Amino acid sequence: MRIELVKRPERSKLFAALSPLIALGLTLIAGAIMFSLLGKDPVEALYYYFIDPLREVWSLHELAVKAAPLILIAVGLSICYLSNNWNIGAEGQFVIGAITGSILPVMFPDFQSWIVLPLMLLMGIAGGAAYGAIPAYLKVRFNTNEILTSLMLVYVAQLFLDWMVRGPWRNPAGMNFPETRTFSPSAVLPEIWSASGRANWGFVFAIVAAIALWFMLSRTLKGFEVLVLGQSPRAGRFAGFSQSKMVFFAFLVSGGLAGLAGISEVSGAIGQLRPTISPGYGFAAIIVAFLGRLNPLGIIAAGLVLALSYLGGEAAQISIGVSDKVVRAFQGMLLFFVLACDTLILYRIRFVGASAAKTVEATQNV
Amino acid sequence: MKKTILSFAAAAAVMSFGTMAAEAATKACFIYVGPIGDFGWSYQHHQGLEHMKKELGDKVETAYLESVPEGADAERAIERFARSGCNIIFTTSFGYMDPTNKVAGKFPDVKFEHATGYKREHPNVATYNSKFHEGRYIQGVIAAKMSKAGVAGYIASFPIPEVVMGINAFVLGAQSVNPDFKVKVVWANTWFDPGKEADAAKALIDQGVDIITQHTDSTAPMQVATERGIKAFGQASDMIKFGPTTQLTSIVDDWGPYYVERVKAVVDGTWKQQDVWGGMKEGHVVMAPFANMPDDVKKLAEETAAKIKSGEFNPFTGPIAKQDGSEWLKAGEVAENGVLLGLNFYVKGVDDKLPQ
Repeated sequence: MRIELVKRPERSKLFAALSPLIALGLTLIAGAIMFSLLGKDPVEALYYYFIDPLREVWSLHELAVKAAPLILIAVGLSICYLSNNWNIGAEGQFVIGAITGSILPVMFPDFQSWIVLPLMLLMGIAGGAAYGAIPAYLKVRFNTNEILTSLMLVYVAQLFLDWMVRGPWRNPAGMNFPETRTFSPSAVLPEIWSASGRANWGFVFAIVAAIALWFMLSRTLKGFEVLVLGQSPRAGRFAGFSQSKMVFFAFLVSGGLAGLAGISEVSGAIGQLRPTISPGYGFAAIIVAFLGRLNPLGIIAAGLVLALSYLGGEAAQISIGVSDKVVRAFQGMLLFFVLACDTLILYRIRFVGASAAKTVEATQNV
Repeated sequence: MKKTILSFAAAAAVMSFGTMAAEAATKACFIYVGPIGDFGWSYQHHQGLEHMKKELGDKVETAYLESVPEGADAERAIERFARSGCNIIFTTSFGYMDPTNKVAGKFPDVKFEHATGYKREHPNVATYNSKFHEGRYIQGVIAAKMSKAGVAGYIASFPIPEVVMGINAFVLGAQSVNPDFKVKVVWANTWFDPGKEADAAKALIDQGVDIITQHTDSTAPMQVATERGIKAFGQASDMIKFGPTTQLTSIVDDWGPYYVERVKAVVDGTWKQQDVWGGMKEGHVVMAPFANMPDDVKKLAEETAAKIKSGEFNPFTGPIAKQDGSEWLKAGEVAENGVLLGLNFYVKGVDDKLPQ
């Protein structure tokens, strides 16, 4: 017997709705098997993974803290990917946004006013967008491959940050450790509801950005332009849309949002610049973008799910003593099943019997 | 009716979790920056945990989190521990300094111990560190005796005071044997990255060094040195298994005794804030057996170790000149701890420019 994938004539609405549930079911089964093999109670393990982080208010705040940069970056990337621009460098745009946004609190710590924070956010957006414009310009002008240029610029950004916090921006009172001075209170992004946890306004930005881009994609001409140029550049040209302008538009939007995520993270969650400010948000956001099927509203859900899997992984490590590696393997299984089950939307599975298989092979051999 | 049963079940579930926590002994929790299998920094902290568990038996319960990134994640991890009933939390990397102090302010009843930092903003935060540079000095003595080229390679992580201190101590030890001894430094800019560390080792060997020491945590440099047939020093743990004919000795971070002492203090209710900087004397820094060297070198190494351990000799005793030749310490003058803990310059003989 053999299994074949047969392309459906059109997207299956049924499986578009069912596939996440099937994926969750498969993850639970595979996870339960893995935890049992490790000698842990599978029900308890899955409880700590998926339920425990949602039981307490402070933990929900942490979920928002972890999800905010993922969502913010991923919605920007969705514009890129839908328009066929492969921006892999969101991590670098995140870092540069964090640096340009930090100019005021680091270089002018005595300048304290209500205007500081809005300026920081704007400078963060501008920095991220400008950094995103580099691969866009190279693509339009020299026809370079943006996957490579944007990825390489990530390392440039990370090393630049490293140099800044060790050299020019090092905290004069920090015993020569590589970090900047801590931001003054007027440069700290406020918490939404500080009595119960530390979620900051970054999460609000993420939701607002997702809704705004969803509206643009589904209700405006610009959104139509993004989709047309992504699916058929030639048709787009006939419609009078400019391919080059779209490259810049996509990179500026995603770079700007990554920059906003960067300064929000530094100003809201960390409070200073350090040699590393991101555990790879810019790369994880690529997964989030596809997990959310490049739909900004889907990305909100995907960002929360991925954030939950980080938090749940910690809870499982602490409570039942599984190792960090097991936690990551489980997270990998979750992502694998979700993306694999999405195949069912465009394809259906056909089981080919032994005799039928032979006939097919025979015809293929001829 | 259905509702009552459900809420009853929920209450029972909550109660069972509740009693689990209430019955527990003193709970000690650890946060590591790397994987416990790095055979370096995090591995040794975990060995300390295991030692403490063995010593204190069922008086304690332990938990740990490995590979926790420094940054926003650290604060959540520490807070989760504080909320999950930990009585004492060890945060074992410099980058956890601010998150540790922040969470400590919210949980005044939980004790916090931060390794390698200097901030104690609340009465429930203590700091601890070890004088690894004492071991570096002994390594320098051995290197100068063993090297034919007269130059050693040093794989460094980040230019922070602790690492700069190590490089300087190594050079001073070497110069006590051979005043012209040189050290080449490569900055790997990582604490744990076997690939980068191996590349650094290869680059150094290609430049003609015949002994390697490392201030990064993986065993990769030791393995490269073995392949190329030169000698090397281990880091943080005894790495003799990875270089049976290569390792001369290793600086072993022995956190066990400290962890026993501090957790016991919590059990007994005698825990107090402090700042500890222990070295060979306190048993926090231990040298792995001297191996793969002639007897006279071994004897000299043992004598040096004994002098440092007894407190008779401090590696940072003048006369010492800075890299540019200007005077740092006069003859007989001993460096103050405050200066060492913020050290940002090289001594004479280091063939490198300190990244500023």
